[in-house]
Amino acid sequence: MSEVKYSKEHEWIKLEGDVATIGITKHATEMLGDIVFAELPEKGSSVEKDGTAGVVESTKAASDVYTPVSGEVLDTNQEIVDDPSKINQDPEYNAWFFKLKIKDKSEMDSLMNKEDYDKFAKESNS
Amino acid sequence: METKKTSLYQLHQDCNAKFVEFAGYQMPIQYSEGIVEEHKFTRNHSGIFDVSHMGQLFIYGGDELIKDLEKIFPLDLKNLKLNHSKYSFLMDKDAGIQDDLIITKINEGFLIILNAACKNNDFKILKELLNEKYKMVLDENRSLIAIQGPKSSQILNDVIDGVNDLNFMSGNWFLFDNQKVYITRSGYTGEDGFEISILNNFADKLTRELIDKGSKLVGLGARDTLRLEAGLCLYGHDLDKDKTPVEANLKWAISKERISKGGFMGSDIIIKQLNNGVTKIRVGIKPEGRVIAREKTKIFNQSDVHIGEITSGTFGPSVNGPVAMGYVENKFSEKNTKVFLEVRGKKHAASVCSLPFYKKSYVKGSN
Repeated sequence: MSEVKYSKEHEWIKLEGDVATIGITKHATEMLGDIVFAELPEKGSSVEKDGTAGVVESTKAASDVYTPVSGEVLDTNQEIVDDPSKINQDPEYNAWFFKLKIKDKSEMDSLMNKEDYDKFAKESNS
Repeated sequence: METKKTSLYQLHQDCNAKFVEFAGYQMPIQYSEGIVEEHKFTRNHSGIFDVSHMGQLFIYGGDELIKDLEKIFPLDLKNLKLNHSKYSFLMDKDAGIQDDLIITKINEGFLIILNAACKNNDFKILKELLNEKYKMVLDENRSLIAIQGPKSSQILNDVIDGVNDLNFMSGNWFLFDNQKVYITRSGYTGEDGFEISILNNFADKLTRELIDKGSKLVGLGARDTLRLEAGLCLYGHDLDKDKTPVEANLKWAISKERISKGGFMGSDIIIKQLNNGVTKIRVGIKPEGRVIAREKTKIFNQSDVHIGEITSGTFGPSVNGPVAMGYVENKFSEKNTKVFLEVRGKKHAASVCSLPFYKKSYVKGSN
């Protein structure tokens, strides 16, 4: 069974075994507007919890994508690089950004569950 | 200072606008469909833009006013026909651009459309330059509604009969609901379109009628992507006091009749630059990949020497790729010159290109 958690930076993370799939939340896409550019981390590179792991740009501005956990980048989603509008269409969960082999499962503990995240997103919206 | 609201504020809210503060006004940046859809709808159908934050300056006077305005603007105003418009600039004595504007000859004098962020300062400058000789009204009682895109002339003509007959860069008075509205065929998108100056109390009604006929409200977000694809400058970004019209590659807007004799604000510098050339110049920049080079992105040549800076950059929905413009050293301004843009620490290949990125479809007038 997979577990989905959410970060304060509006990423979602789905954990299966020690492989985490990470993307940005629907709420994040609504805040950003039409996404027209996505940049992903290099396969094989290491990323650190709360560090930058990519960029998304709307017509208006660029925003960093952070990784909520540390690990090694196993795979990235070329589909969203080729057609960034897919991120707006299905952010949770088809338009994933990258997959990590995670270093420390306990980093998941500080992340929010769906209910807490929805509340957080609603509050950060106002 | 409290932010102002335009007379379409309620309508924007009804259409689920996202608002931003712009030049002291609450303005819609986009509506529910988003910037890309609004942009495409304008290119393919018709978009309505609330530009009521812009200044509508009426200056009343006759032949003497024409002479005095020619001491300011690089235009042949003596020969500007009634109801014809020209794009121009308010320059300082060093030819630095203090604002760009559209000036239209009307029966009683001139109507000048000014940028929102500049309008109060422009008013002060012009009042001083004209020695308070003329009645000048920066009219807060009128809204300014633009309707742009290929279906706009039909839609607007259904509501206000006769606008179809206007030529590009000309205007006239029409009636809407028994109120006088001044309409020019002009715009800021690279599409055929109109700008309507209308009393605040009637702006909402007019706009709702245009929506009923099939046009849609479009926010400032798409206004920016549309104008950039059309290669048009945005004041405060592509134009400012540190740039002259010659450097901005806008010398076409300086009347030939005025260049030989000068006598307008900044004319010494303009004539010098026209004769001797300039060191930096505005060009179009097309990134090769999908990376967007925003304002202030540094431009390098093939030998990695810093040669300029981006002043506007975004994703162009109709071009389906990134578009930008910026200033480079003149010797690198040749079309197809390879350059590199530094984005997030990496250099990305791009080339100097001609503007616009998107071909205009203005309805041309006979003169």
